[in-house]
Amino acid sequence: MLAYLIRRIGQALLVMGVMATIVFFGLYTVGNPVDLLINPEDDLAAQEAAMARLGLDKPIHVQFGYFLAGLVQGDLGTSFVHNRPAIDLILSRLPATLELAFLAMALAVLIGVPLGMYAGLRPNAPASKAIMAASVVGFSTPNFWQGLMLIMLFAVFWGVLPAGGRGDTVDVLGIPLSFLTLDGLSHLILPALNLAIYKMSLVIRLARAGTAEVALQDYVKYARARGLSPVRVVGVHVLKNILIPVVTVLGLETGNVIAFAVVTETVFAWPGIGKLLIDSIGLLDRPVVVAYLMLTVFLFVMINLVVDIAYSVLDPRVRIRGGGK
Amino acid sequence: MTARADTPLARFAGDFVKSPTAVAAGIGLIVIALAAIFAGTVAPQNPYDLAQITILDGTLPPGSEGFDGFHYLLGSDEQGRDMYSAMIYGLRISLFVSFVAVGFAVMVGLVLGLLAAWRGGWVDGLIMRIVDIQLSFPALLVALLLLAALGKGVDKVILALILVQWAYFARTVRGAALVEIRKDYVTAARSLALPGWRILFGHLLPNVLPPVIVIATVQVANAIAIEASLSFLGVGVPITEPSLGLLIANGFDYLLSGRYWISFYPGVALLVTLVCINVVGDHVRDILNPRLSR
Repeated sequence: MLAYLIRRIGQALLVMGVMATIVFFGLYTVGNPVDLLINPEDDLAAQEAAMARLGLDKPIHVQFGYFLAGLVQGDLGTSFVHNRPAIDLILSRLPATLELAFLAMALAVLIGVPLGMYAGLRPNAPASKAIMAASVVGFSTPNFWQGLMLIMLFAVFWGVLPAGGRGDTVDVLGIPLSFLTLDGLSHLILPALNLAIYKMSLVIRLARAGTAEVALQDYVKYARARGLSPVRVVGVHVLKNILIPVVTVLGLETGNVIAFAVVTETVFAWPGIGKLLIDSIGLLDRPVVVAYLMLTVFLFVMINLVVDIAYSVLDPRVRIRGGGK
Repeated sequence: MTARADTPLARFAGDFVKSPTAVAAGIGLIVIALAAIFAGTVAPQNPYDLAQITILDGTLPPGSEGFDGFHYLLGSDEQGRDMYSAMIYGLRISLFVSFVAVGFAVMVGLVLGLLAAWRGGWVDGLIMRIVDIQLSFPALLVALLLLAALGKGVDKVILALILVQWAYFARTVRGAALVEIRKDYVTAARSLALPGWRILFGHLLPNVLPPVIVIATVQVANAIAIEASLSFLGVGVPITEPSLGLLIANGFDYLLSGRYWISFYPGVALLVTLVCINVVGDHVRDILNPRLSR
C-alpha cells in the first residue's frame, strides 16, 4: 500500500513536471507578454525596464532555473499582469469555482435521479421518451453554445436573470459566497444550470438503467408483496440500490466539472479559476497558467487516488498492488 | 442477427437500415459532409471574398434583402457576411480538423496498441502507463493547456487533438489485440514463421478494427465539440479560418443586444452534426457488439 502511494505520487510529480515544462517553454515561444502590458508609445528603454522588472530580459533557461528555484521554496512565481503571487490569485478565485461546481453537481443529482427513475419505471410512457430524448440532446449540445442560449432566453428575451458576473456575495469565514444573497443566487443559477445539464443527462441515463434493472429484482417484488406503499418501495428499496453507480460516476466526473467550468465561467463572466486561466492565456501571463496547471494536476491525481482507494475498500475484489494496476 | 447475408459488410448494412432513426441520421451526415466538401458551390456567397461582401449589410436579421438584392436567409454578421454561407464554410473547417485529427490518432493508437499487445513486458507497461495517466485528465483541459503553449492555428489544433485522442485508441486496440493473439489463426501465422510486422498488420489489424471504428465515430463527435470549445475560448483556429465554434464566439458580442442569429444558427448546425454522429455511432456500436445493450 505504501509502495503504491509512493508510486502514484511519484507519477503525479512526473506529470506535473513534464506539463509545466512544456507550457513554460511553449508560452515563451508564443509571444512576449511585455508587448501586451506596456504602453505602445513607450520608448525602448521603458520596455527594457519592464522586461527586467518581470525577469523576462534573461535567457529562457535562466528564467526556468529561477522558476525551479522558486518551486522548491513553494513559490510558483508572481503574475506579470496582477503583480500578485500566482498562487494567491488562484486561491482567491477558487471559492467562486467550487461554489459553481457544487451547485451544478447538486442540481444534476436532485433533478437527474428522479427523472431517470421515472423513465426506468415507465419506459413506454411519452414523458419517459421525452426525458430520454432530452438527455441525448443534453449530451450532445456543446457546453458553450448551450450557455449562450440560456443567456439569450433568460437574460435577453425574457430579461428575468442577469447575463453574467457574480453579483453580491456574503463572507462566511472569510470566504465570499453568492448563494446566500438573492442577487448572488440570481447570478449563480444560469451558470450552475449550464454546468449541470451535461452531468444531468449522464445521471438520467445511469438512474434509468439502474432502475430498470433493480425493479425486476426479487427484493423489490418481495417489498411489493409485503404491501409496502409504492412510494416506499421506489423511494427506499430502489433508490438505495441505484445510487451506487451514480455516486461512483459522479466521483469520477468531479474533475470534469473543473474542466468544463473553464467554458461556463468564460461564457457567464464568472470570476472563478477557469476565467482566470483563459484571461491569463490571452495575456501570456505565464506564472498564473503554470500555477493553474500544477494545481489542477495535483487536484486530479488526488481525486483519482481517493477514488481508487475507496474502490479497494468498498470492493475487496479490487486489489491495490505495489506493481501498478 | 437473423439475416445471414454473404459478406460481413452486407450483413452490417442490413442491420443498419433496420433503425429508421439511424438511417435518418446517416442521411443527415451525408448531406452535411457533401455541403462541407462542396462549400464553394453550395454556399450562395463566398464569405471570405471581400469583393462579395459589403459592410453596409452588417447584422441584418434572417430573411432580409441586402443592398444589391442578395437574400440573407439566416441573416448576416457584423462584416455583412451571409451567415448561411459562413456556416457552410465553418462546417468545412470543423469537419476537416476533426477528421484529420481522428485519422492520425487512430493510426498512432493502432501502432502503439498493437505494439503493446504484441511485445508485452516493459513496452506494454510503458505505453499503457502513459495511456492511463493521460486518460485520467479531461481531454478539453489537456488540449487547452497544450494550445496555450503551441499558439493558435489549424495545424496546432489538429496536433493537440491527436495528442489527447490517441490514448483511447491505443487502449481499445491493445484490449482487442490481446484477445485475438490467443486465437488459432495467429498461432498458425506464427508457425508459418511469418515476420512479426506481417502478423501484426496483416492478420491482427483487420480483426481489431471493429471496436476502433466504433470509438472513432464517437471521437469524431468529441473532436468537433472540443475544437469548437477551444475556438470559442480563443485558443483554437485563427480568425482567418473560422470554424463553427469561432462563428459562435463572434456572435457572442451581438447576442446581448438581441441579434441572436450570428450565434444561434452556427450552434444549431454544430448540434445537428453532433447528434447525427452520436446516433449513427450508437447504432454502429449496437450492431458490432450485441452484448453492449444500452
